[in-house]
Amino acid sequence: MRRIISILLENEPGALSRVIGLFSQRGYNIETLNVAPTEDVTLSRLTLTTTGDDKTMEQITKQLNKLLDVVKLVDLSEGAHIERDLMLIKVRATGVVRDEIKRTTDIFRGQIVDVGPNTYTIQLTGTGEKLDSFVAAMAEADILEVVRSGVAGISRGEKVLRL
Amino acid sequence: MFVIDFLRGWLPVFTGIRFRAVYLALGGGVASQVPGQVPCSATSTQNLNGYDEGYASGVYVNGRDIVELLSGGEMIAKALEDEGVEFLFGYPGGAVLHIYDALFKTSKVPHVLVRHEQAATHAADGYARATGKPGVVLVTSGPGATNAITGIATAYMDSIPMVVLSGQVATHLIGEDAFQETDMVGISRPIVKHSFMVRHAQDIPAIIRKAFHIATTGRPGPVVIDIPKDCTRPDAKFEYHYPETVKLRSYTPAQRGHTGQIRKAAKLLLSAKRPIIYAGGGVILGESSDLLTTLARQLNYPVTNTLMGLGAYPATDRQFLGMLGMHGFYEANMAMHHSDVILAVGARFDDRVTNTVSRFCPGAKIIHIDIDPTSISKTVAADIPIVGPVQSVLQDLLETIGALQEKDAQQPDAAALGRWWEQIEEWRGKHGLWTGRRYGHSDQIMPQQVIESLYRATGGDAYVTSDVGQHQMFAAQYYKFDKPRRWINSGGLGTMGFGLPSAMGVKLAFPDMEVACVTGEGSIQMNIQELSTCKQYNTPIKIINLRNNALGMVKQWQDMQYEGRYAMSTYEDSLPDFIKLVEAYGHVGMQVTRLEDLDKCMEEAFAMKDRLVFLDIWVDPMEHVYPMHIAPNGAMKDMWLSKNERT
Repeated sequence: MRRIISILLENEPGALSRVIGLFSQRGYNIETLNVAPTEDVTLSRLTLTTTGDDKTMEQITKQLNKLLDVVKLVDLSEGAHIERDLMLIKVRATGVVRDEIKRTTDIFRGQIVDVGPNTYTIQLTGTGEKLDSFVAAMAEADILEVVRSGVAGISRGEKVLRL
Repeated sequence: MFVIDFLRGWLPVFTGIRFRAVYLALGGGVASQVPGQVPCSATSTQNLNGYDEGYASGVYVNGRDIVELLSGGEMIAKALEDEGVEFLFGYPGGAVLHIYDALFKTSKVPHVLVRHEQAATHAADGYARATGKPGVVLVTSGPGATNAITGIATAYMDSIPMVVLSGQVATHLIGEDAFQETDMVGISRPIVKHSFMVRHAQDIPAIIRKAFHIATTGRPGPVVIDIPKDCTRPDAKFEYHYPETVKLRSYTPAQRGHTGQIRKAAKLLLSAKRPIIYAGGGVILGESSDLLTTLARQLNYPVTNTLMGLGAYPATDRQFLGMLGMHGFYEANMAMHHSDVILAVGARFDDRVTNTVSRFCPGAKIIHIDIDPTSISKTVAADIPIVGPVQSVLQDLLETIGALQEKDAQQPDAAALGRWWEQIEEWRGKHGLWTGRRYGHSDQIMPQQVIESLYRATGGDAYVTSDVGQHQMFAAQYYKFDKPRRWINSGGLGTMGFGLPSAMGVKLAFPDMEVACVTGEGSIQMNIQELSTCKQYNTPIKIINLRNNALGMVKQWQDMQYEGRYAMSTYEDSLPDFIKLVEAYGHVGMQVTRLEDLDKCMEEAFAMKDRLVFLDIWVDPMEHVYPMHIAPNGAMKDMWLSKNERT
């Protein structure tokens, strides 16, 4: 089962490597990983998606909590939440497909953020599933490059992850 | 104005104690501190006048406090003293020379110079296991640090408190593949409880305080502090305060177990018909042997110990079923398999205990007490998990059981318990190690007889360290440990070469106690150079070498699973003359080849109180360790009992 774990991490050198190392050391998967500083300079916010059965997830959460650099942690997939992935995708846009790409982009509510004589660079945000669908919809076009930020997530409503 | 402020701040640093009067006359009571967060590699030319007076080389008054000014190296020396460190095990080298110089000039902490950094970590580890205090190690960068890795991993796997200070190349050289540079924090990351890289010399006292706090609290473990050389330079001095308290926002080990869970556990325990207490190293680390014994006796429940838990419950007690697991006692493994309630205390359901997890103790409800939540339900799911320090949880459990027994007149089912003990005694009588001899008789000395002889010669009261292999299992089975911290071995990592250096550490801690290292000719050669350290620091331990001219445990597996093909498990005729070898190191060597000489030689060796004696005892090379779990796909109850007999 897919889970989204959100972590407040000490903004210290080496902290991220402890989290990543834990996953490789214990044979857990990381599907996506997103990390950046927060409004509190001492903390980074890290969102990662992983898969595993309940037992594995329990171990992952416990092992993460055991790391001294992990200040707080929540499994977002346990409750209502919002998840967003940002994608930048560069496609060959010439001839008849140029219009088609524009139309598809509009349907997905994406934006063309860079236009070249033969290329479009499209920005799209949404759940991972939506981005996958867009990539599938672009199957006809010639995809040159895909960059995704990995999932960033936050709980709905009053629930917050903070100190 | 800037000039005055500058002088206020820096005068004392420049001048040390000699100009203190001038400084005070300037009204320096309110002077600013030494500017904060000066990088280690600051190029200022501070205090050139005085590290001839030890710590007193720089002192100034900040408000009403007299504050010492120390270099990074001196701060390390002082902090170790403030932490109450009794021994420092280490090996000098380029990156730690400033630290060694500071230790030489100022420190009251004795330093033990080992012959290989791995031995420094094992010696510190042995010291820690025997005393319960953290072991402390100092090594240089690069090879010094990497040599320490095996010892750090050993301590990590067995949850031993240890602080390892490793030198690092100077800050400006980090990342340049400098001479003797290695990423120690990176290399040690998976095998430490936590690690620190010093970035500013003035952080050293706080980091050392934190390191000791982390290493010794909660589930103990090793902590590495990597220290770039420039952070210890003698000419950069800083205020020294050793913090009294530690605050770590993300580190709060549980102090008590959950009351509701403890109550549930008490009820389940009292309702058990075939109970067993399965106690591990956590009982020893958590100083709870007495409580465990009280609980077991109050309930009259049988107890088994893991390899790491030996001594947590007195081995000579009737209620003790012996060690459990791969080479566990028949009665212990049988009782576990057939139990209906298991009280696991400070144990972690290791694969050397459980055999096949899916077939583990099918009828048992499991209560699991552990300070580390990750140990609970990691391999075997717990029915009643209790996270907390073993000591407070056992205390609460005892009280709860007492209250239940009094108020609700809830008592263990005496009839069921009687039948259970009858069954256990039957198992014990049939295949028990102590009541029914497990080894055959040959015209050679059996390895088990050596351990029994050692037990007699030491009155069962020695500290016994061991290496890894058959001799380790024989020692664990046949030396009846009645007290905690007496059995010192590498259980989790299984590190050959652990025995000799750890014995050294134990002997330094307890010079008046008997310390024996049970080893084999394979393991002993992995750190035999420490015989030299034993000479230098006069640690008259007794080395019991069970000599079977092969890597015994490897050979046993090759006998059992590879049709006797001894792939690289024998030495042909390359073994050294151990007697000459130990004599060359300045010690005493004795060879024993006949059973009738065994006790006499053993006694003779222990009578030489002030000499290290190496007993090279020739044992039957064909002997195997039994019982042995049948794997793969076996349960706890599936064992080989001898070469041709199985359950």
